[in-house]
Amino acid sequence: MIEIKNISKNFGKLKALENVNLRFNKAECIALIGPNGCGKTTLIKTILGMVLPDSGDVFFNGQSIKNDTAYRKQLGYMPQIGRYPDNMTIGQVTEMIKGIRTQKEPQDKELADAFNLDKLSHKKMRTLSGGTTQKVSATLAFMFKPQVLILDEPTAGLDPIAAEILKAKIIAAKNDGCLILITSHLLSELEDIVSEIIFMQDGNVRFHKKVAELKADTGRETIAQSILHLLKSGTA
Amino acid sequence: MIRLLKYVILDIVKNKIVIAYCIMLALFTWSAFGLEDNVSKGILTLLNIMLLAVPLVSVLFATIYVYNSNEFIELLLSHPVKRSVIWKALFIGLSLSMVAAFIIGTGIPLLFFADFSTALIMIVAGCMLTIIFVAIAFLSSILTRDKAKGIGIAVMLWLYFALLFDGLVLFIFFQFSDYPIEKPVVLLSALSPIDLCRILILLQLDVSAMMGHTGAIFKNYFGSNLGLLVSFLLLVLWVAVPFYISLRKFKKKDL
Repeated sequence: MIEIKNISKNFGKLKALENVNLRFNKAECIALIGPNGCGKTTLIKTILGMVLPDSGDVFFNGQSIKNDTAYRKQLGYMPQIGRYPDNMTIGQVTEMIKGIRTQKEPQDKELADAFNLDKLSHKKMRTLSGGTTQKVSATLAFMFKPQVLILDEPTAGLDPIAAEILKAKIIAAKNDGCLILITSHLLSELEDIVSEIIFMQDGNVRFHKKVAELKADTGRETIAQSILHLLKSGTA
Repeated sequence: MIRLLKYVILDIVKNKIVIAYCIMLALFTWSAFGLEDNVSKGILTLLNIMLLAVPLVSVLFATIYVYNSNEFIELLLSHPVKRSVIWKALFIGLSLSMVAAFIIGTGIPLLFFADFSTALIMIVAGCMLTIIFVAIAFLSSILTRDKAKGIGIAVMLWLYFALLFDGLVLFIFFQFSDYPIEKPVVLLSALSPIDLCRILILLQLDVSAMMGHTGAIFKNYFGSNLGLLVSFLLLVLWVAVPFYISLRKFKKKDL
């Protein structure tokens, strides 16, 4: 569904991405993991077209995303730190996004209801706590029933109840055949969601494996233990 | 595009600075005409205020507004919206609201007091100045990510065009007065939009004493009608070029 070919990106002297090649298929839930500053967010933003790569290309359903914006209709993105216009209220932001994405399909209001956002819809974005902002981001990402969900640290800052709601929603989306890209540092949280793991370091992809494969290779029972094992033994 | 424009304009109007600017312009204009017994004196007072205040407010407000729109831009970019559409919507929204403030604040009293053709040319010049300095603001805010630096660049450009430029031209003219340099000086004056606007209005008013040196030469060289046309075309270029450069840069920016 999404194919990344030979992507490189430098920020000044820093090599954020170095010749990255990846392929994501439908109905997979893929975890992007790696230490801070390894290029996860840059990779995600490249797929979204927010960061333009120095070389290489991204293909969405076989189409290059260069000079194309229509493919983003199929995308739902939840940023790590949601930044919204200060003076707009939650209601206005959702209305605006609805206005921009003139999609016919009925909108998914489950998350908004589960998070009780209707009660807060008159609140200005500036006054929201980090967790509430994350709830707004999650709601917007899921609202248009996208085929691809890109979630950057989705549960960071959410309270346990909200995190559970979101997790259930992610699993439901996966069962509906969505492709889900997720980054997280909480490895234990990924356990029952993900089907593939991509491990990145210093702008390179170290490996891209199925979860079962990873566990078999390392002889551990959980993702967290497998990754720790690889990191400690230095073979990652 | 239209939808985005609606949100941008709503946001700017809510900002209240544009409304304050409009009231300030209205106060200036009414008092300029009220205090002077003679209309053409009033127009000249107004002209001098306009040539300083309109570019300054336009460039400052637009620069700050573009920096504060970073979140807005980021939010939209993950949705199916073209980058060029976002940038154009911001530009048109800002230009329209600043122009509207100018027309309400200055344009209406001008139409009351001055004769129609003079009022019209001043309104056109003021609107062009507004749009030009909004375009310059877009350019300076895309040049650097640092807000303080961006505002600094914008203010320096304003200072240069509003105050330093005419002095510079005069200085060159005196230094090289032994040579036939009228043509180069005319060319030079095209390098400042504020001078161009002054020329545009003064060619219409026919008061050569207030023209400034560049204006005097310009009139000599072009004659009234051709001068108007050429200076107007140059003003349009002053909008198009900075905005086009900023648009190209914005398309390649990482967010």
